[in-house]
Amino acid sequence: MAYLEVQNVRIAGISACVPKNIQVSINVESQDYDTDQFIATTGVREKRYSEDFTSSDLCFFAAEKLMEDLGWQKDDIDALIFVTQTADYLMPATSCILQDRLGLLQECYALDITHGCSGWVYGLSSAATLLSTGMMKRALLLAGEGRKRSFSPPDLLFGNAGTVTALEYFEGEKSFQFHFGTDGSRYDAIIIPDGGSRNRFSEKSLISVEIEPGVFRMGIQSRMKGMDVFSFGITKAPKSVKELAEKFKLDLDTIDYFIFHQANLMLNEKIRKKLKLPEEKVPYSIEAFGNTNSASIPLTIVTKLGTVLNNKRSALIACGFGVGLSWGTVAFTLNDPLISNLVEV
Amino acid sequence: MELDYFIRNFADQFDDADISVFSAKSAFRDIENWSSLTALSIIAMVDEEYDVELKGDDIMNAVTIEDLYNIVISRK
Repeated sequence: MAYLEVQNVRIAGISACVPKNIQVSINVESQDYDTDQFIATTGVREKRYSEDFTSSDLCFFAAEKLMEDLGWQKDDIDALIFVTQTADYLMPATSCILQDRLGLLQECYALDITHGCSGWVYGLSSAATLLSTGMMKRALLLAGEGRKRSFSPPDLLFGNAGTVTALEYFEGEKSFQFHFGTDGSRYDAIIIPDGGSRNRFSEKSLISVEIEPGVFRMGIQSRMKGMDVFSFGITKAPKSVKELAEKFKLDLDTIDYFIFHQANLMLNEKIRKKLKLPEEKVPYSIEAFGNTNSASIPLTIVTKLGTVLNNKRSALIACGFGVGLSWGTVAFTLNDPLISNLVEV
Repeated sequence: MELDYFIRNFADQFDDADISVFSAKSAFRDIENWSSLTALSIIAMVDEEYDVELKGDDIMNAVTIEDLYNIVISRK
């Protein structure tokens, strides 16, 4: 069973950076639904979108802000983990580039994690585990999605954001409790099929093909089986929360906030209702920022909770689910964390 | 599980739908206001009412409401 408990680590702060450019959901062009239906279903009224920033750019700005707000020095950081599906290059790992760009010491552990919507939870488990023995003291978990690898048709659902979660060794801190799951049989539910070593980039990768009625994609562009992903989300996410609660004997009534990956409002509401959670405990950022992949959980904390978390301990459960297919849930405590103001670039 | 009850649940996923246009033999894609977003509502309804996980292929391969009903009861 894929459970994990990690002790002696606290989240010191969280920051997020988004492009200034706002894209409003108007004149939604689709062959079979209109703007009102799109907003009612997805919840996305607007989102931040720019072709100017990569994922690592947005995370970099968020990291600079958070380190300044926390008063952390560059040589305080022992580890940097970068979660994204849109690395700067196919190689090397972008975390190595970020080590230098942020001015961190060469005595630094750097790791890329290629995960999407479940990625923040996986990155958190990796960062927390690294710190839990106390040999490494401070780590930055960067998670985000910026511009895509290749030109793609205007995207309605997905927005850009970069986030940073700062973690530190803190003896005696309440533990992080995790549950993880993976279903690789559905690896093609969300996929960019070409450009990796399985299907190498070729002239054919640039040919636009009708992958379902009215939907055209090149091999180098991402595609999603929306109905399958929806079905997966409403099934696995609530189940994972329940399994975590059962394993660690958590009473969901004692949890202050539940932060779900911001997938799609209808899907998220379905999860909330299945778990019988009150609306006020389940904040959403999807209305203003769209689906921001691995950034969506920390972005929701920054933009919807923010100062609410100041000067107290708050119990949270966060659940990420998506491409892989992959899912993960974590129960954790935020003990007077520093939540930076949203950075806009 | 009644087919009529399934048809009513199916019709409930449409805004302002005229119930008379929904029957077992209705080709659901031809119903006014059907969209790929309606399909998500159908998946959610089947999960909630029948605790059955419908996949994209189930919807794509079905033609009538009864086709979907048959998939659902086969998994109960």
